[in-house]
Amino acid sequence: MLKFLVRRTLTMVATALVLTFVVFWLTNLPPNLEKLAKSEASARMTDAEVESWLERNGHAQPLLKRYGEWLGVAPGWTWEAADGTVSGRCIPRGTPPEEAARFCGVLQGNWGLSTVFKQPVSDIIATRLGLTGILMFWVMVLMVPSALLLGVLSGMREGSRLDRGLSTISIASTATPEYVSGVVLIVVFSSSLVGLRWFKGTAASAMDGITFENFFLPVLTIALYGMGYIARMTRASMAEVMTQQYIRTARLKGAGFGRVVMRHALRNALIAPFTVIMLQFPWLLNGVVIVETLFNYKGFGWTLVQAAGNNDIDLLLGCSVVAVVVVLVTQAMSDIGYVLLNPRIRVS
Amino acid sequence: MEGKPVSETAPASPTPILEIENLSISFFTRTREIPAVMDFSCTVMPGEAMGLVGESGCGKSTVALAVMRDLGRNGRITGGSIRFKGRDLAELGPRELRAIRGKEIAMIYQEPMASLNPAMKIGAQLAEVPILHEGLDRAAALDRAREIVAAVRLPDPDRILNAFPHQLSGGQQQRIVIAMALMSKPSLLILDEPTTALDVTVEAGIIDLVRDLAETQGTSLLFISHNLGLVSDVCDRLCVMYSGEAVETGGVEEVFGAMRHPYTQALFRSIPVPGADKTLRPLVAIPGNFPLPHERPPGCNFGPRCAYFVAGRCDAQDIPMVPVEGYARHGSRCIRIDEIDWAHPPAPPPVAPPLPPGEVVIEARNLKKYYETRSGAFGGGMAKVVKANEQIDFAAREGETLAIVGESGCGKSTLAKLLMGLETATEGTVLLEGTEIQSRPVEARGPDLLRRLQMVFQNPFDTLNPSMSVGSQIQRAIEIFGTRRSEADRRDRMLELLDLVKLPRAFADRKPRQLSGGQKQRVGIARAFAGEARVVVADEPVSALDVSVQAAVTDLLMEIQRKERTTLIFISHDLGIVRYLSDRVLVMYLGHVVEIGTTEQVFRPPYHPYTEALLSAVPVPDPKVARKRIVLEGEIPSAMNPPPGCPFQTRCRWKSQVPGTLCETEVPALRETAEGHRIKCHLTDAQLATMEPVIRVAD
Repeated sequence: MLKFLVRRTLTMVATALVLTFVVFWLTNLPPNLEKLAKSEASARMTDAEVESWLERNGHAQPLLKRYGEWLGVAPGWTWEAADGTVSGRCIPRGTPPEEAARFCGVLQGNWGLSTVFKQPVSDIIATRLGLTGILMFWVMVLMVPSALLLGVLSGMREGSRLDRGLSTISIASTATPEYVSGVVLIVVFSSSLVGLRWFKGTAASAMDGITFENFFLPVLTIALYGMGYIARMTRASMAEVMTQQYIRTARLKGAGFGRVVMRHALRNALIAPFTVIMLQFPWLLNGVVIVETLFNYKGFGWTLVQAAGNNDIDLLLGCSVVAVVVVLVTQAMSDIGYVLLNPRIRVS
Repeated sequence: MEGKPVSETAPASPTPILEIENLSISFFTRTREIPAVMDFSCTVMPGEAMGLVGESGCGKSTVALAVMRDLGRNGRITGGSIRFKGRDLAELGPRELRAIRGKEIAMIYQEPMASLNPAMKIGAQLAEVPILHEGLDRAAALDRAREIVAAVRLPDPDRILNAFPHQLSGGQQQRIVIAMALMSKPSLLILDEPTTALDVTVEAGIIDLVRDLAETQGTSLLFISHNLGLVSDVCDRLCVMYSGEAVETGGVEEVFGAMRHPYTQALFRSIPVPGADKTLRPLVAIPGNFPLPHERPPGCNFGPRCAYFVAGRCDAQDIPMVPVEGYARHGSRCIRIDEIDWAHPPAPPPVAPPLPPGEVVIEARNLKKYYETRSGAFGGGMAKVVKANEQIDFAAREGETLAIVGESGCGKSTLAKLLMGLETATEGTVLLEGTEIQSRPVEARGPDLLRRLQMVFQNPFDTLNPSMSVGSQIQRAIEIFGTRRSEADRRDRMLELLDLVKLPRAFADRKPRQLSGGQKQRVGIARAFAGEARVVVADEPVSALDVSVQAAVTDLLMEIQRKERTTLIFISHDLGIVRYLSDRVLVMYLGHVVEIGTTEQVFRPPYHPYTEALLSAVPVPDPKVARKRIVLEGEIPSAMNPPPGCPFQTRCRWKSQVPGTLCETEVPALRETAEGHRIKCHLTDAQLATMEPVIRVAD
């Protein structure tokens, strides 16, 4: 077990390094840097001025060196101006350079400063991720049980009228992207057009306090999209289990249909969808982008949009680190959980 | 003369447990109706064991499922009736049906592993039966389960009740399925090929258990099997089925003593019997293939393959079941029953004289293969060594057939992999015509070596590429072996090979799915012999095929071997076929060679105690063959944790005759008891000499 975890962790670290490097490279392409210089200093800079600004701010160094600095494994850059003042990556404005640390990267807890929000990236991500976490939690609470129910009900009698009806629902819900279902839901449940006005069309107030009224629509929008997918997987798994010989054994023991489904089929049918459910976590993280923007809920997805739209390099990098970690951790969890659920699987 | 149909009514007294009359079952697909069973009748009296025999696809399992009323959505009873204790099963509602299933009629299945719920503990699965049918509470039901587990002779019932199915061996799983069937003391037990997935020595134990339990509880049995020997062992009466119809029915002695249907006779003559060799009781293959359900011929279904077929009579009308004169309750579905001379079946083809063996072609010396496995769920835990092969020594000569016999887990497949280069040896040498090949994996073997050492696989269904035509697969093999340079040459060679395996040349353009199992295996054989192989390793080449085509494929293999003077290493668990085709036999147990010698020597005393048990476990359908029953206790030990000393000491019935703790402490030497005959046993020559033959053939 320990050996497996260590090996698994090492692979994850290596994957994380590669992925963050790719993102770092893409966000630090020359045009991005030029834009950064113009937005930070002056929009009317000449090309020569841009170059010298980049040089003064450590952006002219080789890519690997910059990545190392950002990560915190290479010493931060320093720049001695003509007047003798020393500035550098690790030297906050107004402190003497002697007191500054040599390394200041992600590993040291220094995630950089957001150029849009004028706040440390780590603070922004912590608050925003918290908000999105709440959203994701409620989405899972709604999505997983209803998807499993839908899948089990339609898979237990493959080809029946119930199956066809429920399958149509789940296919329709997966086939409708959030930006369609979200808009439709807002129109139906919160606009004067239909006049139901049951829920609020914006979740901005949910950031201060969640109520059923202000939070249900964004949760439902995401849940609907993911639900159909999990339900289809569960259905396939359930339908396969129902053809197994041990189900026949149970039937010919004299067990009724309900008992066959509940006692014999259910646990076996849930092994396969478990992986799919774990895969939903990273997907949710990206999936919230649209819904958070649509409902003006300022969570992780909304932050990502802001960062990307405003060439906020440090914030974008911070967001991608979080996304990479979430993907890798949920993957490892799904592998381990799969082994624990299924007594027959052994990882080698 | 056309007699009146046999009505299967019992002599006045007790009501039959099961009465099936003129039953017809069809499966309905979108396009057509496929009849699976036609006009089937049989009666099972209380305490009687009825056997249903036939090849796969003959409809015997369909009859069983119809009795359970579990034909699925596509299956329907289209005629006739099934009465259980006088009640018509077709008229029962779902609730009444549930009350009968598992309580009055219980079923035992072919694959115990698949029939047990993998995610439920054994105890819970067993306890469910009395909970459902008798309303017992959980504790009482578990107590009952514990009793029954002990009754099916499983050790340590508490541990077993707490185990999951995958933690038990195949034999133990089948005992659990039997226990589940017996939980509510049913009056009818249906056994659908209950031992087909098990080893012979385990099978013998299961069969004994079923017989004993049925006798003590007075349960009637409906025993379904393709194995004539097993049925004659277990049953009082039997019914032979062919392509959806019962062709012959009667008491076991009557049917085997006086066969009155050409199919029964042909099937019987195509099965090798371990007691007899090829000259005494030659195999006679049944020509042709089993008809598919929608391609049945008019009239008699067996007509096209029958030696007694008369055009215009046998294919003119439906053939009724007629009583056999002079016997009660013995019937046959043959229109020419009175015209055929049953005592003198058509003469078998002449047997070719044995080949004189040539030079040694392949040789193994002190060959060992150990695997390392880890026990923990995440690959941690203690490293364990699986000793799959321990000290294998043998040599095989040109034109010789060396059979390797043993039960699953004995290491015979590992040995095949070592020879083929799919695994490399841990120790020892393998010499092919003087070259060492034991540490050369198959990727590193050049075309010439590949060509000279080839393999015929067990399962012809999975070993052919489904998307390539048969001809191009054979041509591809020729290309890899590098024996023919040009495309045209290779095509010629491929067509020659098709001739060699007696397939029509037109088959070259067919896809594997258009071929029957026997035809696919012929393609597999053609591929193996494509480059004039010197040694062919055949790993259970016929065990996946229907009984009636096994003989034909076996004969073909021998004929090609004779023609090409190839050395054949024939791996099998079927002692009958081994006796029939091999020149020498090597018996393996737990990775050890326990006995090696010529076929005569191995099948005649003195035996190794394991060989003796193995021979006695083979069910023989021939009433002229008498055999001694030796049922081995316990399971085959795991190769991960082999017993100390002699590998067979935990199950050996001769152990008490060896003084002291020799058997527990020391591995015996493989010592020569006669020229070319070696036995790995501590018994002295004098003790070995007292052994009696297990199988005797009466004159």
